[in-house]
Amino acid sequence: MTDADAPALAVEDLVMELHLRRGVLRPVDGVSFEVGAGETLGIVGESGSGKSMTCLSILRLLPKPAGRIARGSVRVGGVDLTQLSERELARDWRGRRLSMVTQDPMTSLNPVFTIGDQVGSPLRHHRITRTLRETRARAAAALGRVRIPSPERRLDEYPHQFSGGMRQRAVSAMAIACEPQVMIADEPTSNLDVTIQVKMIELYREIQKETGVAIVLITHDMGVAASICDRVAVMYAGRIVEQGPSRAIFRRPAHPYTQALLDSIPRLGARRKRLFALGGQPPDLLDLPRGCRFAARCPKRMARCDEAYPPEFKLPDGHVSACWLSESEAVHAA
Amino acid sequence: MLGYFARRLLQGFMSIVGASIVIFTITRLTGDPVVLMLPPEAPPDVIDALRIKLGLDLPLWRQYLIFAGDALQGDFGRSYRWEMPALDLVLDRLPATILLSAVALAFSMAVAIPFGVLSAVNRGGWVDRFGKVFAMAGQAMPNFWVGLLLILIFAIHLDWLPAYGAGTPAHVVMPAIALGWYPVAAQTRIVRSAMLDVLDSDYIRMGRSVGTPEFSLVWKYALRNAAIPLITMLGVYFAAMLGGSFVVEVVFAWPGLGRTVVEALFARDFPVVQAGVLFAAAMFVVANLLVDLSYGIVDPRIRHGR
Repeated sequence: MTDADAPALAVEDLVMELHLRRGVLRPVDGVSFEVGAGETLGIVGESGSGKSMTCLSILRLLPKPAGRIARGSVRVGGVDLTQLSERELARDWRGRRLSMVTQDPMTSLNPVFTIGDQVGSPLRHHRITRTLRETRARAAAALGRVRIPSPERRLDEYPHQFSGGMRQRAVSAMAIACEPQVMIADEPTSNLDVTIQVKMIELYREIQKETGVAIVLITHDMGVAASICDRVAVMYAGRIVEQGPSRAIFRRPAHPYTQALLDSIPRLGARRKRLFALGGQPPDLLDLPRGCRFAARCPKRMARCDEAYPPEFKLPDGHVSACWLSESEAVHAA
Repeated sequence: MLGYFARRLLQGFMSIVGASIVIFTITRLTGDPVVLMLPPEAPPDVIDALRIKLGLDLPLWRQYLIFAGDALQGDFGRSYRWEMPALDLVLDRLPATILLSAVALAFSMAVAIPFGVLSAVNRGGWVDRFGKVFAMAGQAMPNFWVGLLLILIFAIHLDWLPAYGAGTPAHVVMPAIALGWYPVAAQTRIVRSAMLDVLDSDYIRMGRSVGTPEFSLVWKYALRNAAIPLITMLGVYFAAMLGGSFVVEVVFAWPGLGRTVVEALFARDFPVVQAGVLFAAAMFVVANLLVDLSYGIVDPRIRHGR
């Protein structure tokens, strides 16, 4: 059924539309990326840049009835999920081969069901376990894998008996219970305090080492992206503006937006007194400019930026930037 | 928890005392029972003698204190009409009313929960619209009229169900529907809006993202959350059923507390009216207490004292 040579997840030219009364929005407008097994891709950008909508589009958990996938493909192990029915998607894919950890651990668990029931539910629904005893054993194993101490005892507890960090672990256990090939983590740490964030990130790394899962990590925190991701994609107004190995992007950011994001990170021992802040607002998705979407806020704006949206230019260090400034350095237009 | 329970019991007791004062005063506003108990040609001295014997010549507050003192010892006086202790009469009729109210409440929920859930899942669809009309009709029609309509259709024309009386399970069907239809509209709305909230929650999306089938998401994972506001209201609906039973029992000649109190009221049979209403009030208090205790079964956050 799946192709062994294909990347774990390949998204190509994905367009998601929201049909609202005010008009048609494209929160995800032609996004392409690939993630291999055992690899972590970070998607960074401001809130509203389309990061979360990209995730929801991959699993096709779109807002109803406004959302729809208008174009593009989402391949997991070579199979295009956009061609599958809702039923097939639920039965064979969601929670089985790809899963998602959402933003808020406090609200992602059902308050009136036990942790054991919830962590066991993907195992039951995907027929991985057949009996109650088997489900409990596998659910406890999943809780153990996310380093929850004495997991058997905690199966019968309810979410309110868990702390914030423990809840996020339980949600992660639910996501990895069936050992998926792809895990999408949507700001998994943004509602936790800093020390717990670090532990969660270490945990994801360990799980990845053990299972070889491909991880897509959505974050607005460049520090988190730098510490865990093999590659990074920067999103702005529904499009990826820069993408490549994280080392290359953090060392030599090519797109002015990426540069602005990196300049906004506070650094210990930095000479600069005031933290850089990018002025202006992202464009209204209902009223997009013809040219580059970042032009209005860009410190290096040129005349041609307003005329046409820049194509993706491939740079010598292997990363790709959608900015006219990169044209002169480009190896060839990607 | 125990302190809470004791406080609730005290509150309940105070409600019953309040109800007893109101009912005691109001029954005495209906007129003099002695006139109805004796033949019209009875001489005035006989009438006065009976009035003194029943204690009806005393000032109202003294009558109440005597009644309250006796009631606390379990003596609710003798029925003027049936010539037996009022308490025995009420306890004899109470089970039939509890049965009717419980079946009516079960009927209303059996209709409201599926309608509410399906309306929320297919918002604006035909179930949502039909459910609204159906439920509104129930709320717009008085229960005695629904009762008469049911008798006309199912007893007289179709001859499927007995028109009145009690004894077999078939007898309870029509009175329970007549009584239980009224709260369906409100219950459907509660379930529908609670379901809409829950279906939009992160944990349902999380469930969907791990492949939980839509059917279990809706009927298992969402419904138990959405049931909490309905359970909160169950005590109120049970009270509505008790109130409604006073009328519906008369329509269907159901041998319950409601019909007995209505008959006693016409006969100015004060002890029976007082005992009947007090027991209805007590049932209301107990029902609300049980509802409070039952939250914990559905919502673990309350069970663990949070």
